[in-house]
Amino acid sequence: MEPQSCVKIKQEWDIVKARQLGRDIAREVGFGTVDQARIATTISELARNIYLYAEDGEICFEVSEESGHKGILISSVDTGPGIENLSQVMEDGYSTSGGLGAGLPGVKRLVDKFDIESETGKGTQIQAVKWLR
Amino acid sequence: MDSKFKQIVLDNSDIIVQKWLDEIDTLKTSNYSSSITEELLESTNREFVNIIFSSIKNEGDTKQLKEFSEKLINLGWQLSYITDGLQVFRRVTINFILEQSDQIDTEYISELLQSVDKWVEPVIRQLVNEYSGNWENIISLQQMALQELSAPLIPVMDNITVMPLVGTVDTERAKLIMENLLDGTIKHNSEVVLIDITGVPVVDTMVAHHIIQAADAVRLVGATCILVGIRPEIAQTIVNLGIDLSKFPTKSSLRKGFIKALELTNRQIVDLHPKENIIEKIIDPLGGES
Repeated sequence: MEPQSCVKIKQEWDIVKARQLGRDIAREVGFGTVDQARIATTISELARNIYLYAEDGEICFEVSEESGHKGILISSVDTGPGIENLSQVMEDGYSTSGGLGAGLPGVKRLVDKFDIESETGKGTQIQAVKWLR
Repeated sequence: MDSKFKQIVLDNSDIIVQKWLDEIDTLKTSNYSSSITEELLESTNREFVNIIFSSIKNEGDTKQLKEFSEKLINLGWQLSYITDGLQVFRRVTINFILEQSDQIDTEYISELLQSVDKWVEPVIRQLVNEYSGNWENIISLQQMALQELSAPLIPVMDNITVMPLVGTVDTERAKLIMENLLDGTIKHNSEVVLIDITGVPVVDTMVAHHIIQAADAVRLVGATCILVGIRPEIAQTIVNLGIDLSKFPTKSSLRKGFIKALELTNRQIVDLHPKENIIEKIIDPLGGES
């Protein structure tokens, strides 16, 4: 397992930074352009959620290998207000900020494995994995 | 007390300068790149130490300081050159004065430290301010340059306008895009506006949301918006995200979008000399062989 690399999200430009790092790692692992775009978009959504709702958090990347499968693990950890109604957030079209409401459900469709844990008042942790095919 | 210290330093300026130069020289190898010539380093060091001394003599000559910092900035030297230089000066001077003094008690040392700090502080403050002011200036100029690039609108033909977007779209830029798009649509009397996103690296829900809003607003002022330059990988991520872009026409390339725009304004591209072209095509390969 390679060491983690993380990007703290505090300003809007940190989203771009996280995206760039994630894309570089994805390219090194050997993902094609379509999957690179998927990974970059996933990072963009997760990082923007931190920026918009939590104000303090970070995006981490890990190259993981599981039973011969290589992939990239993207984790988003924040200490924000948390999500009260997880099932509602995972529905298409639900947004509290006037956005499209496609962020989290969209991310779930962009990656192969998606886990979300959230506690009100404590923060949210999301893990997304994309396997190399 | 202060004037006494000052007197010691000024009387022995040659010795202190020499000590300072020697010590600065040892820092050289670790800190500064080899691209700086010995002569330049030497002359700059001399100038630097002169400035420190003139600051001790007549506190508050900012013009000379300003010129010196501008010179350093132009040379592209690091700020650490200045901070190192002043730290070394403090150390050298304090050591020297202590060597010269007979009775040393804590009060004496504290007075000495205060005096030397008082000489050095205005220099460091001024130089650091000049440096950071210069950086801030560069950043604000670059921001202005970026803003000029961020949402250009090109009226390519009567009633047809193109907005090519290159680079990341953030909230600030999204606002500019919306404003420029609407202003331009009305100003150029456009019927069709093409937004080209070939150069946008990532289209996430926020970017898509802003594009949808911009297109809606363009529709409200009576024009049609066509989204062009959708690369295959972007198309796939948009579908995965479940974003509905069906409210306005979309095309893969600016070329196709432009043809569609001509169609919408009842025009088309016509070849002026179709027959001659055919003849040329027949003749060309023959000419090439002979």
